[in-house]
Amino acid sequence: MALMTRSTIELPVTVDDYRIARYAAAAIALTVAEAALPSPLPGIKPGLANIIVLVVLARYGWRDAAWVSLLRVVAGSLVIGQFLAPGFFLALAGALCSLAVLALAQHLPPRFFGPVSASVLAAFAHIGGQLLLARVWLVPHDGVFYLLPLFATAALVFGAINGLVAARLLAAPVAANPALKGAS
Amino acid sequence: MKHSVPDGLRDLLAQAAGVGHAPWRTLLKPGDWVLLLAAGVLVATSYPLLWRGGKADRAIVKRDGQVVTELALNVARRYEVTGAIGTTLIEIQPGRARVLSDPGPRQYCVQQGWLTRANAVAICAPNHVTLQLSGRSGQNGAYDTLNY
Repeated sequence: MALMTRSTIELPVTVDDYRIARYAAAAIALTVAEAALPSPLPGIKPGLANIIVLVVLARYGWRDAAWVSLLRVVAGSLVIGQFLAPGFFLALAGALCSLAVLALAQHLPPRFFGPVSASVLAAFAHIGGQLLLARVWLVPHDGVFYLLPLFATAALVFGAINGLVAARLLAAPVAANPALKGAS
Repeated sequence: MKHSVPDGLRDLLAQAAGVGHAPWRTLLKPGDWVLLLAAGVLVATSYPLLWRGGKADRAIVKRDGQVVTELALNVARRYEVTGAIGTTLIEIQPGRARVLSDPGPRQYCVQQGWLTRANAVAICAPNHVTLQLSGRSGQNGAYDTLNY
Protein backbone atom coordinates (compact mmCIF):
# COMPACT_ATOMS: atom_id res chain seq x y z
CA MET A 1 0.00 0.00 0.00
CA ALA A 2 1.48 3.21 -1.15
CA LEU A 3 1.92 5.97 1.29
CA MET A 4 -0.49 8.79 0.61
CA THR A 5 1.23 12.05 0.13
CA ARG A 6 0.10 14.79 2.39
CA SER A 7 -2.10 17.12 0.43
CA THR A 8 -2.51 19.96 2.86
CA ILE A 9 -2.96 23.18 1.01
CA GLU A 10 -1.08 25.93 2.71
CA LEU A 11 -2.55 29.36 2.22
CA PRO A 12 -0.16 32.02 3.35
CA VAL A 13 -1.88 34.14 5.95
CA THR A 14 -0.65 37.69 6.13
CA VAL A 15 -0.82 40.16 8.97
CA ASP A 16 -3.47 42.00 6.97
CA ASP A 17 -5.64 38.88 6.91
CA TYR A 18 -5.49 38.50 10.68
CA ARG A 19 -6.35 42.13 11.21
CA ILE A 20 -9.28 42.06 8.78
CA ALA A 21 -10.56 38.81 10.29
CA ARG A 22 -10.44 40.31 13.77
CA TYR A 23 -12.41 43.37 12.81
CA ALA A 24 -14.84 41.33 10.72
CA ALA A 25 -15.45 39.09 13.75
CA ALA A 26 -16.30 42.15 15.84
CA ALA A 27 -18.66 43.39 13.11
CA ILE A 28 -20.34 39.97 12.82
CA ALA A 29 -20.82 39.84 16.59
CA LEU A 30 -22.59 43.20 16.44
CA THR A 31 -24.74 42.01 13.53
CA VAL A 32 -25.84 38.96 15.50
CA ALA A 33 -26.52 40.99 18.64
CA GLU A 34 -28.53 43.45 16.60
CA ALA A 35 -30.63 40.70 15.01
CA ALA A 36 -32.13 40.13 18.47
CA LEU A 37 -33.41 43.69 18.68
CA PRO A 38 -37.04 44.21 17.74
CA SER A 39 -37.56 46.61 14.84
CA PRO A 40 -40.59 48.82 14.30
CA LEU A 41 -40.33 48.46 10.54
CA PRO A 42 -38.46 45.87 8.47
CA GLY A 43 -35.20 47.44 7.38
CA ILE A 44 -34.89 49.96 10.20
CA LYS A 45 -31.92 48.86 12.27
CA PRO A 46 -29.14 50.70 14.08
CA GLY A 47 -26.47 49.08 11.90
CA LEU A 48 -23.97 48.86 14.76
CA ALA A 49 -21.55 46.80 12.66
CA ASN A 50 -20.92 49.90 10.60
CA ILE A 51 -19.12 51.42 13.60
CA ILE A 52 -16.42 48.81 13.02
CA VAL A 53 -16.36 49.57 9.29
CA LEU A 54 -15.88 53.28 10.04
CA VAL A 55 -13.06 52.59 12.47
CA VAL A 56 -11.33 50.33 9.95
CA LEU A 57 -11.81 52.92 7.21
CA ALA A 58 -10.17 55.62 9.31
CA ARG A 59 -7.33 53.42 10.54
CA TYR A 60 -6.47 51.20 7.57
CA GLY A 61 -8.18 52.64 4.52
CA TRP A 62 -10.98 51.75 2.16
CA ARG A 63 -9.74 48.34 1.01
CA ASP A 64 -9.78 46.90 4.53
CA ALA A 65 -13.11 48.56 5.27
CA ALA A 66 -14.62 46.94 2.17
CA TRP A 67 -13.33 43.54 3.23
CA VAL A 68 -14.73 43.89 6.73
CA SER A 69 -18.07 45.19 5.45
CA LEU A 70 -18.59 42.44 2.89
CA LEU A 71 -17.34 39.66 5.18
CA ARG A 72 -19.76 41.00 7.76
CA VAL A 73 -22.69 40.82 5.32
CA VAL A 74 -21.89 37.29 4.11
CA ALA A 75 -20.80 35.69 7.39
CA GLY A 76 -23.34 37.62 9.47
CA SER A 77 -26.19 36.40 7.27
CA LEU A 78 -24.87 32.83 7.51
CA VAL A 79 -24.90 33.04 11.31
CA ILE A 80 -28.42 34.42 11.58
CA GLY A 81 -29.74 32.13 8.86
CA GLN A 82 -30.47 34.84 6.31
CA PHE A 83 -27.93 33.84 3.67
CA LEU A 84 -29.40 34.28 0.15
CA ALA A 85 -32.73 35.37 1.66
CA PRO A 86 -34.16 38.72 0.51
CA GLY A 87 -32.72 40.39 3.59
CA PHE A 88 -29.24 39.28 2.59
CA PHE A 89 -29.47 40.88 -0.84
CA LEU A 90 -30.87 44.06 0.65
CA ALA A 91 -28.00 44.19 3.13
CA LEU A 92 -25.51 43.51 0.33
CA ALA A 93 -26.97 46.26 -1.86
CA GLY A 94 -26.85 48.65 1.08
CA ALA A 95 -23.28 47.70 1.95
CA LEU A 96 -22.08 48.10 -1.67
CA CYS A 97 -23.67 51.55 -1.97
CA SER A 98 -22.24 52.59 1.40
CA LEU A 99 -18.78 51.47 0.36
CA ALA A 100 -19.07 53.39 -2.90
CA VAL A 101 -20.02 56.55 -1.00
CA LEU A 102 -17.30 55.98 1.61
CA ALA A 103 -14.76 55.70 -1.21
CA LEU A 104 -15.68 59.27 -2.12
CA ALA A 105 -16.25 60.51 1.45
CA GLN A 106 -12.75 59.54 2.58
CA HIS A 107 -11.44 62.33 0.35
CA LEU A 108 -13.37 64.99 2.29
CA PRO A 109 -10.94 67.38 3.97
CA PRO A 110 -10.24 65.79 7.39
CA ARG A 111 -9.90 69.23 8.94
CA PHE A 112 -13.64 69.81 8.60
CA PHE A 113 -15.18 66.36 8.30
CA GLY A 114 -14.92 63.50 10.76
CA PRO A 115 -16.36 59.99 11.04
CA VAL A 116 -19.83 61.43 11.71
CA SER A 117 -20.06 62.83 8.19
CA ALA A 118 -18.82 59.59 6.67
CA SER A 119 -21.31 57.64 8.78
CA VAL A 120 -24.32 59.78 7.86
CA LEU A 121 -23.44 59.76 4.16
CA ALA A 122 -22.93 55.99 4.22
CA ALA A 123 -26.22 55.50 6.06
CA PHE A 124 -28.09 57.46 3.38
CA ALA A 125 -26.34 55.46 0.67
CA HIS A 126 -27.32 52.29 2.51
CA ILE A 127 -31.05 53.04 2.52
CA GLY A 128 -30.76 54.33 -1.04
CA GLY A 129 -29.29 51.04 -2.24
CA GLN A 130 -31.79 49.01 -0.28
CA LEU A 131 -34.80 50.97 -1.50
CA LEU A 132 -33.63 50.80 -5.11
CA LEU A 133 -33.17 47.03 -4.95
CA ALA A 134 -36.51 46.65 -3.18
CA ARG A 135 -38.19 48.78 -5.87
CA VAL A 136 -36.58 46.85 -8.74
CA TRP A 137 -36.87 43.37 -7.32
CA LEU A 138 -39.16 42.88 -4.33
CA VAL A 139 -41.88 45.53 -4.58
CA PRO A 140 -42.17 46.58 -8.23
CA HIS A 141 -44.27 49.59 -7.33
CA ASP A 142 -43.41 53.20 -6.51
CA GLY A 143 -45.23 52.72 -3.21
CA VAL A 144 -41.94 51.74 -1.51
CA PHE A 145 -40.80 55.33 -1.82
CA TYR A 146 -43.56 56.42 0.53
CA LEU A 147 -41.37 54.90 3.23
CA LEU A 148 -38.40 57.05 2.22
CA PRO A 149 -38.96 59.73 4.91
CA LEU A 150 -39.01 57.09 7.64
CA PHE A 151 -35.92 55.35 6.33
CA ALA A 152 -34.15 58.67 5.86
CA THR A 153 -34.94 59.68 9.44
CA ALA A 154 -33.58 56.38 10.73
CA ALA A 155 -30.47 56.78 8.58
CA LEU A 156 -29.84 60.27 9.90
CA VAL A 157 -30.31 59.32 13.56
CA PHE A 158 -28.46 56.01 13.52
CA GLY A 159 -25.82 57.32 11.13
CA ALA A 160 -25.05 60.20 13.48
CA ILE A 161 -24.96 57.97 16.57
CA ASN A 162 -22.77 55.32 14.90
CA GLY A 163 -20.48 58.06 13.64
CA LEU A 164 -20.15 59.53 17.12
CA VAL A 165 -19.32 56.13 18.59
CA ALA A 166 -16.75 55.53 15.86
CA ALA A 167 -15.25 58.98 16.41
CA ARG A 168 -15.00 58.30 20.12
CA LEU A 169 -13.35 54.94 19.59
CA LEU A 170 -10.89 56.53 17.18
CA ALA A 171 -10.13 59.36 19.59
CA ALA A 172 -9.45 56.94 22.46
CA PRO A 173 -5.82 56.02 23.04
CA VAL A 174 -5.16 52.61 21.52
CA ALA A 175 -3.54 51.29 24.73
CA ALA A 176 -6.77 51.81 26.68
CA ASN A 177 -8.69 50.07 23.96
CA PRO A 178 -7.58 46.43 23.76
CA ALA A 179 -10.63 45.33 21.77
CA LEU A 180 -9.71 47.59 18.88
CA LYS A 181 -5.98 47.16 18.82
CA GLY A 182 -6.31 44.94 15.81
CA ALA A 183 -3.10 43.32 14.69
CA SER A 184 -0.84 45.69 16.58
CA MET B 1 -12.42 41.68 46.43
CA LYS B 2 -10.59 43.75 43.91
CA HIS B 3 -9.29 40.68 42.13
CA SER B 4 -12.74 39.20 41.66
CA VAL B 5 -13.22 41.48 38.62
CA PRO B 6 -11.28 40.24 35.59
CA ASP B 7 -8.88 42.75 34.11
CA GLY B 8 -10.60 42.83 30.75
CA LEU B 9 -13.95 43.55 32.35
CA ARG B 10 -12.47 46.28 34.53
CA ASP B 11 -11.00 47.92 31.45
CA LEU B 12 -14.33 47.67 29.70
CA LEU B 13 -16.17 49.19 32.67
CA ALA B 14 -13.65 51.99 32.90
CA GLN B 15 -14.09 52.59 29.22
CA ALA B 16 -17.88 52.62 29.52
CA ALA B 17 -17.53 55.20 32.27
CA GLY B 18 -15.65 57.38 29.81
CA VAL B 19 -12.22 57.27 31.39
CA GLY B 20 -9.66 58.96 29.18
CA HIS B 21 -12.20 59.97 26.55
CA ALA B 22 -12.75 63.26 24.82
CA PRO B 23 -16.16 64.86 25.48
CA TRP B 24 -18.78 64.09 22.84
CA ARG B 25 -19.04 67.55 21.33
CA THR B 26 -15.34 67.69 20.46
CA LEU B 27 -15.88 64.67 18.20
CA LEU B 28 -17.92 66.74 15.77
CA LYS B 29 -16.01 68.93 13.34
CA PRO B 30 -17.53 72.03 11.68
CA GLY B 31 -18.26 70.15 8.47
CA ASP B 32 -20.04 67.45 10.44
CA TRP B 33 -22.38 70.03 11.93
CA VAL B 34 -23.10 71.52 8.50
CA LEU B 35 -23.73 68.09 7.02
CA LEU B 36 -25.99 67.03 9.91
CA LEU B 37 -27.98 70.25 9.60
CA ALA B 38 -28.34 69.91 5.83
CA ALA B 39 -29.35 66.26 6.15
CA GLY B 40 -31.89 67.17 8.82
CA VAL B 41 -33.47 69.82 6.62
CA LEU B 42 -33.52 67.41 3.68
CA VAL B 43 -35.21 64.69 5.72
CA ALA B 44 -37.74 67.12 7.17
CA THR B 45 -38.72 68.40 3.72
CA SER B 46 -39.08 64.84 2.42
CA TYR B 47 -42.10 64.30 4.69
CA PRO B 48 -44.49 66.89 3.15
CA LEU B 49 -43.03 66.24 -0.31
CA LEU B 50 -43.80 62.54 -0.29
CA TRP B 51 -46.87 62.42 1.91
CA ARG B 52 -49.18 65.01 0.41
CA GLY B 53 -50.25 62.59 -2.33
CA GLY B 54 -53.70 62.35 -0.76
CA LYS B 55 -54.60 65.96 -1.41
CA ALA B 56 -57.63 66.31 -3.64
CA ASP B 57 -58.00 68.94 -6.36
CA ARG B 58 -61.07 67.85 -8.36
CA ALA B 59 -64.52 66.52 -7.63
CA ILE B 60 -66.08 64.10 -10.12
CA VAL B 61 -69.84 63.74 -10.15
CA LYS B 62 -71.31 60.66 -11.78
CA ARG B 63 -74.82 59.47 -12.50
CA ASP B 64 -75.37 55.80 -13.40
CA GLY B 65 -71.60 55.49 -13.67
CA GLN B 66 -71.37 58.21 -16.31
CA VAL B 67 -69.39 61.35 -15.52
CA VAL B 68 -71.78 64.28 -15.29
CA THR B 69 -69.25 66.93 -14.46
CA GLU B 70 -65.82 67.57 -13.02
CA LEU B 71 -65.52 70.48 -10.63
CA ALA B 72 -62.27 72.12 -9.52
CA LEU B 73 -61.92 72.33 -5.76
CA ASN B 74 -60.55 75.86 -5.69
CA VAL B 75 -63.75 77.94 -5.63
CA ALA B 76 -66.82 77.55 -3.47
CA ARG B 77 -69.94 76.66 -5.46
CA ARG B 78 -72.97 74.36 -5.53
CA TYR B 79 -73.99 71.91 -8.20
CA GLU B 80 -77.28 70.12 -8.78
CA VAL B 81 -77.60 66.67 -10.38
CA THR B 82 -80.89 65.16 -11.29
CA GLY B 83 -80.86 61.45 -10.58
CA ALA B 84 -83.30 58.54 -10.54
CA ILE B 85 -85.55 59.79 -7.74
CA GLY B 86 -84.82 63.49 -7.48
CA THR B 87 -82.12 66.12 -7.23
CA THR B 88 -78.82 65.73 -5.37
CA LEU B 89 -77.20 68.97 -4.28
CA ILE B 90 -73.40 68.99 -4.10
CA GLU B 91 -71.45 71.70 -2.33
CA ILE B 92 -67.85 72.55 -3.17
CA GLN B 93 -65.50 74.56 -1.00
CA PRO B 94 -61.77 75.11 -1.45
CA GLY B 95 -60.13 71.72 -0.91
CA ARG B 96 -63.29 69.80 -0.02
CA ALA B 97 -66.71 68.73 -1.22
CA ARG B 98 -69.87 67.18 0.22
CA VAL B 99 -73.35 66.08 -0.64
CA LEU B 100 -75.53 68.83 0.85
CA SER B 101 -78.86 67.17 0.24
CA ASP B 102 -80.17 64.05 -1.43
CA PRO B 103 -83.63 62.53 -1.83
CA GLY B 104 -82.47 59.09 -0.67
CA PRO B 105 -84.31 57.64 2.36
CA ARG B 106 -81.31 56.89 4.54
CA GLN B 107 -79.12 59.91 3.73
CA TYR B 108 -75.84 57.99 3.99
CA CYS B 109 -74.02 60.16 1.49
CA VAL B 110 -75.18 63.35 3.22
CA GLN B 111 -74.13 62.14 6.65
CA GLN B 112 -70.69 61.32 5.34
CA GLY B 113 -69.95 65.04 5.53
CA TRP B 114 -67.01 66.72 3.91
CA LEU B 115 -64.69 64.70 1.67
CA THR B 116 -61.10 65.96 1.67
CA ARG B 117 -58.80 63.12 0.57
CA ALA B 118 -58.20 62.09 -3.01
CA ASN B 119 -60.36 59.11 -4.02
CA ALA B 120 -62.76 59.63 -1.14
CA VAL B 121 -66.24 58.87 -2.40
CA ALA B 122 -69.81 59.52 -1.30
CA ILE B 123 -72.41 57.29 -2.91
CA CYS B 124 -76.07 58.25 -3.06
CA ALA B 125 -77.22 54.86 -4.29
CA PRO B 126 -81.01 55.42 -4.41
CA ASN B 127 -80.48 58.41 -6.68
CA HIS B 128 -77.70 56.69 -8.70
CA VAL B 129 -75.33 59.59 -8.00
CA THR B 130 -71.72 59.45 -6.77
CA LEU B 131 -69.35 62.20 -5.73
CA GLN B 132 -65.67 61.31 -5.90
CA LEU B 133 -62.56 63.37 -5.25
CA SER B 134 -59.48 63.04 -7.40
CA GLY B 135 -55.88 63.94 -6.63
CA ARG B 136 -53.03 65.29 -8.66
CA SER B 137 -51.64 61.83 -9.42
CA GLY B 138 -54.43 60.86 -11.73
CA GLN B 139 -57.67 58.98 -11.36
CA ASN B 140 -56.76 56.44 -8.72
CA GLY B 141 -53.30 57.48 -7.59
CA ALA B 142 -53.66 56.50 -3.96
CA TYR B 143 -55.29 53.10 -4.51
CA ASP B 144 -54.63 50.18 -6.80
CA THR B 145 -58.34 49.33 -7.07
CA LEU B 146 -61.58 50.53 -5.59
CA ASN B 147 -64.64 48.30 -5.33
CA TYR B 148 -68.09 49.17 -4.16
